This record gives sequence, structure tokens and C-alpha cells, in this order.
Amino acid sequence: MKLHRREVVKELLRDRKDLLVIAGLGSTAWDITAAGDADLNFPMWGAMGQAAMMGLGLALAQPRRRVLVVTGDGEMLMGLGAFATIGVQQPANLTVAVIDNERYGETGMQHTHTAYGVDLAAVATACRFKHSITVTSEVDKVRELAYRTPGPNFAAVKVLDEKLPLVLPPQDGVQLKDRFRRAVLGR
Amino acid sequence: MQPEWPEEIHKELVAVGVRVVGYVPDAGHKRLIELCQADKNMRAVPLTTEEEGIGLVAGAWLGGEKSVLLMQSSGVGNIINVLGMVQVCRFPLAMIVTMRGEQGEFNSWQVPMGQNTARVLETMGVAVRQAGEAQTVAGHVRAMLLKAFEAQGAEAVLIGQRVIGIKSFQEQRSQ
Repeated sequence: MKLHRREVVKELLRDRKDLLVIAGLGSTAWDITAAGDADLNFPMWGAMGQAAMMGLGLALAQPRRRVLVVTGDGEMLMGLGAFATIGVQQPANLTVAVIDNERYGETGMQHTHTAYGVDLAAVATACRFKHSITVTSEVDKVRELAYRTPGPNFAAVKVLDEKLPLVLPPQDGVQLKDRFRRAVLGR
Repeated sequence: MQPEWPEEIHKELVAVGVRVVGYVPDAGHKRLIELCQADKNMRAVPLTTEEEGIGLVAGAWLGGEKSVLLMQSSGVGNIINVLGMVQVCRFPLAMIVTMRGEQGEFNSWQVPMGQNTARVLETMGVAVRQAGEAQTVAGHVRAMLLKAFEAQGAEAVLIGQRVIGIKSFQEQRSQ
């Protein structure tokens, strides 16, 4: 593994235009913030396991816009049922990207299940995602899924298990929610 | 004769423009689920666990849509932690919960969660309305929807087991 998570997320969000972004709690919330805090970011500080479902709700509510969920392997593992629920709904505008360091990064770098070979991309395929990939270098393939390919799409991006400085987004939940809605709805 | 309260709830949901309905099936919600599935303006979303419904509702609200959740009282136990997000972000939440573990319960394993459903919700900041009679259900739902979507409240209507009227394995099987 050679990818650095901050560089991966920065590349995914480059020239994002009106891409709607949900980030799971912990490292991926810091990653999207390091790439540049934005009104169309909803970084989560809790509700572990719900990032992909937030993405589904958002994708159903805004079918004309692309929705990208950026979350961690531990966060995704806590909500595996979301794969099945998304697979039933088939939102064409949703991509879930797991930044997979095979560790619980906020709690002492313990191995997650993916470190033992549990294959999230295979789960997504089995749950009727249209496209599902695991990459160790080609971030452009994930960009293609997120911005252009009809979904639902899934990508596991294998990254180094780095411990990085925190880059914290706003923590006030009402502020995060209201700024996101204003940016999406204009009110 | 079919009870009328599921139709009445559906009318209330239509009246406020609910577009997304997340559910984990319950026998008590059977008719309402069918009505929502048949409604072309609603997206009925079956969930693998009630917890997913909180993410669904929050995401839909971020995108400007109103949603409700349908579940059984046991499902309330599955959403406790994620209700923290609802509280911190003040996401509107409207849940219609059919009760088990009350009058006429035949399964003792349903009793502990059924007895504590209201308490658990209130402890996590969700206001509870108890609909113990069929004719009170629609009014409670209307009040809940108003408060949830106009005042960004977190609310649940608990529909009593007496309203639903399931009393035995045999009757449940025959549904």
C-alpha cells in the first residue's frame, strides 16, 4: 500500500463543483476538511455506521446531483446492512468510497475486519451495486465512479495506516445541517 | 372490516408532503406500508435495521425532503445511539411506532423493550405521543408531523397494542 489518505481525498474532491459530500466520523471527516471545508460537506462527529445511509437519503432527495460518501472501513463495517438497503433502492447518483487503512484510527490503530481479508467491495457487488472496485493506486477510477458513472457505486481505496494531525471541521451540528441545506436548497 | 387508522395516517403523510418512508416491517404497519408503497409520490425504503432509518431521514432532510419512519417498539432499542445525532443537529424526526409487549402480548421476549419504549425515547430527547385508541391516531400523527417539520422536533407516536389488536400467534399467522 502506498496511497496517502489525505492526498486521495483531496484528489477525489478536486474541482468538485456541486458534488454533495457526507463524511463518516473520525479520520474521513478530518480528511474532507483538510481538502477544504465547504458548505456542501457534512462531516459527521458521531452516529457511527450511518454515513452510507445519510448518503442514500440525500441521493433520493437530490436525484439530479451527485452524492459522494467518504468514510472509513470501521465506520462502514458498523453499518453493513446499508449495502443491502442501497442495493434495493439503486440510487444512480450515489457513490460510497471507503478510505480503507484496515485500522480503527481514532482508538489506537487496532485492526478492522478488512485487515483479515473481509472484502467490502465484494459485499457491495453481492448487494447489487452497479460498480464496485478495490484500488491500491488508481484514484482516477474512483473519481470516474463518483462524478460520471451511473451507480450505485462503491470503491475501497486501500491507504497507508498513517497517524496524521487532526484537521477539525465545525462541530456544531445545527450549523453543519443548516449551512448544507442553504447551499443545496438556497434557503 | 379493515381499520381506518392506517388510511388516516397515510392521508396525514400526503398532506404534509412526506416523500420518503423508511420502515422495518411490523404486522401492525402492514396496511400503512402497502399504502406508502402504492403511493407514486412516496419512496418506501425497507431497512435492514431501524438504525438505518435515522441516517436515511437525516440525509433526506439535508437534501430538502420530509420523511417518516415506521417501526415496531423493539426497533426503538436499535436506534438509541444515533438519536444523539438527531438531538445535536436538530434533525426533524417523525416516527410511527407500533407497540408490542403491552395488552395481549403472547411473546414474553417482546415485553422488556415494549415496557420501556417511551422511556428510552424520552431519555434520548424524543417527545412521545401515546395513541391508545384508534380514533386518536390520526390527530397524534398530524400534531407530530407539524412539530417535527415546522419546529424541527424529534417525535414519536406510539400506537398501542390494543389499537393493533394482535393477540395470538394464530391471528398473526393468518394476517
